Amino acid sequence: MSKNTITETKLVKGLKTKFNKQITEEYVEPNRIKISTSPTNLKAVALAIKELGFDQIISQGATDYPDDNLFRVEYHAICVSIKKFRRIMFAIMTTIPKNKPEIETLLDIWPSVEFHEQETFENFGITFLNHPRMERLLLPEDWDDIPPLRKDFSLPGRD
Amino acid sequence: MQVVDQGGDKMVLHVGPQHPGSGHFRIVITLDGDYIIDAKPDPGYVHRGAEKMAEYRTYIQNIPHLERPVIIDATGITLPYVLTAEKILDVEPPERAQYIRMIMAELNRIISHLYWLAIYGIFLGHSTMFMWPMGDRELFIDLAESIGGTRVTFSYVVPGGVRNDIPGGFKERALKTFQYFEKRIKEYEEIFFNNPLMQSRTVGIGILKKQNAVKLGITGPNLRASGINSDTRKDEPYCFYNKIRFDIPVYKEGDSYARCMVRLRELQQSMDIIRQVLDRMKPGPIKHVIRGVMRGEPGEAFVRTEAARGTMFYHIVSNGERFPYRVKISVPSFRNLIGMSHLLVGSRLADMPAIYWSLDYWPVEADK
Repeated sequence: MSKNTITETKLVKGLKTKFNKQITEEYVEPNRIKISTSPTNLKAVALAIKELGFDQIISQGATDYPDDNLFRVEYHAICVSIKKFRRIMFAIMTTIPKNKPEIETLLDIWPSVEFHEQETFENFGITFLNHPRMERLLLPEDWDDIPPLRKDFSLPGRD
Repeated sequence: MQVVDQGGDKMVLHVGPQHPGSGHFRIVITLDGDYIIDAKPDPGYVHRGAEKMAEYRTYIQNIPHLERPVIIDATGITLPYVLTAEKILDVEPPERAQYIRMIMAELNRIISHLYWLAIYGIFLGHSTMFMWPMGDRELFIDLAESIGGTRVTFSYVVPGGVRNDIPGGFKERALKTFQYFEKRIKEYEEIFFNNPLMQSRTVGIGILKKQNAVKLGITGPNLRASGINSDTRKDEPYCFYNKIRFDIPVYKEGDSYARCMVRLRELQQSMDIIRQVLDRMKPGPIKHVIRGVMRGEPGEAFVRTEAARGTMFYHIVSNGERFPYRVKISVPSFRNLIGMSHLLVGSRLADMPAIYWSLDYWPVEADK
């Protein structure tokens, strides 16, 4: 354990005690913690991280992995109110199958996630269940192609 | 502006997307008499798919490309990209380059804040406050141009360092400009910030409470105007911000006036930072030259920095190819947008311009 990751290691240890094998820590670096969990545990893990003091979502997105036939859904949480946690950022990852792109929204835990989830919905076709406004935000109203950030959508003239 | 009669006293008002002040952005407002009872932002008019296009460009080609969403704060959006790319490419820039990056980032913050101030002046019907900051902004653009080569789109920060060294005589010119502008800040305060007319339009208008600012994910000067002392330059220092002494202006009122004051005080702070950087800088190399095509190791990196409007965040996934596999950008305007509907509901229609532009929402940045 390096000296400058004491707080980070403690945070992960606390989560590990609570969730046991339901979460996997991928790395703990100075200021960065990346953990993954299953879609069913995501909400409970998110709530635990929020209760630690990580009160804002700085980014929410997804990545398409067509070879494995899955999407990775990503939440990046930061803390603005507690001084000692302000330098740390949590990356919470989960994977969902591409043929059933559905996941429960985290809007009730972090209200700041509202527009981010809408953006992921239109760009990847991932539906966030129980999100009150699962509708397009940035794409043109007459967009009738597949969601553009999926890997099987290629830019005209580029392939 | 399109008006839909809802019957009774209620009315739906479409502000934008051709509104002269809003940029290419629409907000659908429902009015009950003079009061706003619902406000639904409708972004996307300038959505260009920057994230998708970035997957088809090399790390170096992406610099001028990703600069486009917010050209008035060009270094603010390219610096975090380059810092993220450097983690993927595993390069460390030389010390002098880090300092020059800070100079450019702070010059860009001043340029961006002055642009905001000019538009805010004209939003409140104060045309002198449009002319003065726009004129003074040119002085800072000249300084940035002497380093970056162009007026606004510098593409100056590159993986491994910066494109070229600062020119001879820069320090003297910068200090002269700062000396002039410090006097101007006092004049700005006299004519605009201490003006009872301006205060009657902004004080107590659009109050964003501390707990709501945290809950809604508000960032940057808007968060600091609500009493939260959070700035990425202090929270997680990048470049050499940890070696510089500066204060973060924080106001606890959370109204439109507080948001204006935070930005006014940041102008002074940015000049103080540049002064210290110019004193600390030593001669040396400015670039770690990367030969051949830049290819990162498979992996990912995420970095945040403090741009003019708030925390800019990049998440880049690499699979070892010359193009990034995925580039996720989370921009401050997009995160602050949620605050707009929150603040407008319950306020009067006449207060809309004072609230809207006090958030410094930049539609092109939010739409990407």
